[in-house]
Amino acid sequence: MFKPHNLKKLRVFVSIVFLLSLSFIFLDTKETFPVWFRESFLFLQLVPSVIQATTVIGWMALGILVVIILTLLFGRIYCSFICPLGILQDVITRIANLFRKKKRRFRFLKARNILRYSLLIVVVAASFSGFIIILGWLDPFSVFGRFMTHAVRPVYIYINNGISSLLFSINNYWLNPIEFRAYSWASAGAVVALMTLVVWMAAAYGRQYCNTVCPVGTFLGLLSKFSLYKIRLDQQLCNSCGLCQQVCKAGCINTKEKSVDMSRCVGCYNCLTACKSNGVLYSIGLPITSDASHNSSRRQFLGSSASLVIATAGLANTIDQPQHENPTTIPEEKNFPVSPPGSKSLDHFVSKCIACHLCVSVCPKQVLQPSLFEYGLKGFLQPRMDYHTSFCNFDCTLCGEACPTGAILPLTLEQKHVEQIGKVVFIRRNCIVRTDLTDCGACSEHCPTKAVIMVPWRKVLLIPEVKPEICIGCGACEYACPTKPFKAIYVDGNKVHQIADKPEVLEQLAAPKPEDDFPF
Amino acid sequence: MKRRDFLQKTAAATLVAGTAFKFGSFSSLWAMEASAVNDKPYDLVAVRNGEPEAMFDKAIESLGGIGKFVKPGRSVVVKPNIGWDVSPERAANTHPGLVKRIIEHCFQAGAKDVFVFDNTCDLWTACYNNSGIETAVKSAGGKMVPGNVEKMYHEVQIPGGEKLKTALVHETILNSDVFINVPILKHHASARVTIAMKNLMGIVWDRRFWHRNDLHQCIADFCLYSKPTLNVVDAYRVLTRNGPRGVSEADVLLTRNLLVSTDIVAIDAAATRVFGSEPDEIPHIVIGHDMGIGNMNLQQLSINRISM
Ligand code: SF4
Ligand code: SF4
Ligand code: SF4
Repeated sequence: MFKPHNLKKLRVFVSIVFLLSLSFIFLDTKETFPVWFRESFLFLQLVPSVIQATTVIGWMALGILVVIILTLLFGRIYCSFICPLGILQDVITRIANLFRKKKRRFRFLKARNILRYSLLIVVVAASFSGFIIILGWLDPFSVFGRFMTHAVRPVYIYINNGISSLLFSINNYWLNPIEFRAYSWASAGAVVALMTLVVWMAAAYGRQYCNTVCPVGTFLGLLSKFSLYKIRLDQQLCNSCGLCQQVCKAGCINTKEKSVDMSRCVGCYNCLTACKSNGVLYSIGLPITSDASHNSSRRQFLGSSASLVIATAGLANTIDQPQHENPTTIPEEKNFPVSPPGSKSLDHFVSKCIACHLCVSVCPKQVLQPSLFEYGLKGFLQPRMDYHTSFCNFDCTLCGEACPTGAILPLTLEQKHVEQIGKVVFIRRNCIVRTDLTDCGACSEHCPTKAVIMVPWRKVLLIPEVKPEICIGCGACEYACPTKPFKAIYVDGNKVHQIADKPEVLEQLAAPKPEDDFPF
Repeated sequence: MKRRDFLQKTAAATLVAGTAFKFGSFSSLWAMEASAVNDKPYDLVAVRNGEPEAMFDKAIESLGGIGKFVKPGRSVVVKPNIGWDVSPERAANTHPGLVKRIIEHCFQAGAKDVFVFDNTCDLWTACYNNSGIETAVKSAGGKMVPGNVEKMYHEVQIPGGEKLKTALVHETILNSDVFINVPILKHHASARVTIAMKNLMGIVWDRRFWHRNDLHQCIADFCLYSKPTLNVVDAYRVLTRNGPRGVSEADVLLTRNLLVSTDIVAIDAAATRVFGSEPDEIPHIVIGHDMGIGNMNLQQLSINRISM
């Protein structure tokens, strides 16, 4: 038999561990913790794991099974134990309470079935037709990730750098400053929009985001109707005093009717602690099938499914198909954006990425920046390689290790060294060597594969020559090229990533012999 | 000077340029420290066939010890090349053992603090770490200073600079009493070779400006402003092609040389010979010579040649 008080304590403890760990994963700039640490918190995130399971069969995919089994046993405890946005909402509700004279009392709310099932269906249908970004907009992990990346992280960096420059002033170099190269205002807008909704709902009504908007909540709600353990009001012991209802942030307890809507219960166990007369039960039992609302909600569900599948299918077709198939009018004439190393192809990436921006957070070069419409509408906010901001570090594979959905697959260093995500293009008529008749070569200097070399030109000068077949598309040349406003060298993305030829290894030259003399 | 005039000009320069140093017209930050070594016995010391540490010991000894340059209680900045995220064997960064030895000498001479930094090209934390330099510096008691923060760079004027009139220079350079420039000798895609003069690009912020505005002239112009107290050229392993980053160890030659001089042009001229090129093929060396920054005519210098 569960001790009710301990259940709530357990929930609070586990949720704090999850919230802190997941927050830290987005803030860690020093690779403090090993990959397994990151993965053990990420693999339970439902949406990322589901998407990953469609790509690779890894242990991350096990997360789905674990979540489903947990839900079938105990109800939607995912929402209170594991989901970072859910836990964050509890924190917000708590903070909001600090500003109230009297502690907030929740009341029973009617289920908004049409809204929540419609949203779930839109999201699922859109995901299947390649518009995964709509899921990305609402998925709690992604919302949380963007919130961390674009709201919390900049503050963290600001404070870190403030302390570090204070220390510098006394010649202490213990704390390194963190570079901050670009701020994505589009992402900030997305964060503000979604977080306003979440914060308002959390402060005013408790877990209403989870019970009306969140596709994960709605999905798990369907499962928890069949869960083994259920919250119930004992028809004899319950005296309808309403204490449990007042602490139920999901608004799913109806004390008048002595009923609990398990599809909306988030498993916080507050009610177990609140009841003074042992009227709240958490025990094994068959679903109570007598209530009519259950049947009607199923009917609504099926009804809205049918109409919405048709609607979303229509929507999917009206939005343009692959973007940038044709050369655009931009002077650098990029045909395709560059997707991160390990993302296989634009199609793969765009159909798997939920824009949680974990890769944006972990990329030490900050070359990964949220896109606007570079991938088209389909890929709004999905990260792209932004070579005007930075370039990809040759010996780095962090984004692939971090990505929880498999949109970016992990690469070994050997694979990364030949993973061609784009190809170099040289515009001679933009190049300083030609326009100014002076040496430059910043591009060749930075190139890790020497896919740009400097060759003699007009007797005394050296001008770039490119070998796209060994180029890996890292963008170092484009970043370094100093011409303005348009670059003289740039990377055009590969629609499908390829394997670059290995740079030719030249023969070892003969070293001078010890008996040789000085050359001067 | 236009690049196309080079071949003609350089031929003339070799004949005209005598010992005409024009040092007096500007006051370098290090002029005071440098004057202490006016009675130096050699213009340049070249050592070969040793390990970097032992070669430096020999070289500095023949100049009268590092105490000639580093007085007790002074702060020192050592500026190696740490530009690239590669291992020491790839010879794209200065030998960590050499950096360590120089710092040890400084502390023996009573230096208060020794700072080390570079404005790297690759990810700076990776460069500091994988070059082996961070570990070497810390084990010798020096301090690694970040070079990646724009706020740490402050504008300076470059009187007499033809193309480069101002630059943002790292505050550690501005605040230290002694500046020891420790480049590695390498092939360079655009500068042809990178040695002591080119290494100074790592103490400024906006390098793109240099590339946009006649790279060689800017390299030379900047030497008007910044005259290191001492230059130590690491030519132990030399990246002979695919510079400045290199592609593999096959690009590297074990040449086991080390050069020390207070004359930044002279040391570059000598190192160019070690590289296997002629100094007058390197535009920034010729311009530096013409501007009176130093002397590229090796036959006019007193050189101490030490074979180990
Ligand atoms: S591999 Fe490149 S894009 Fe990915 S995290 Fe590293 S530097 Fe960033
Ligand atoms: S050519 Fe440019 S994009 Fe290609 S490998 Fe070299 S630096 Fe990277
Ligand atoms: S960096 Fe740009 S301007 Fe400079 S040589 Fe390369 S292409 Fe030309």
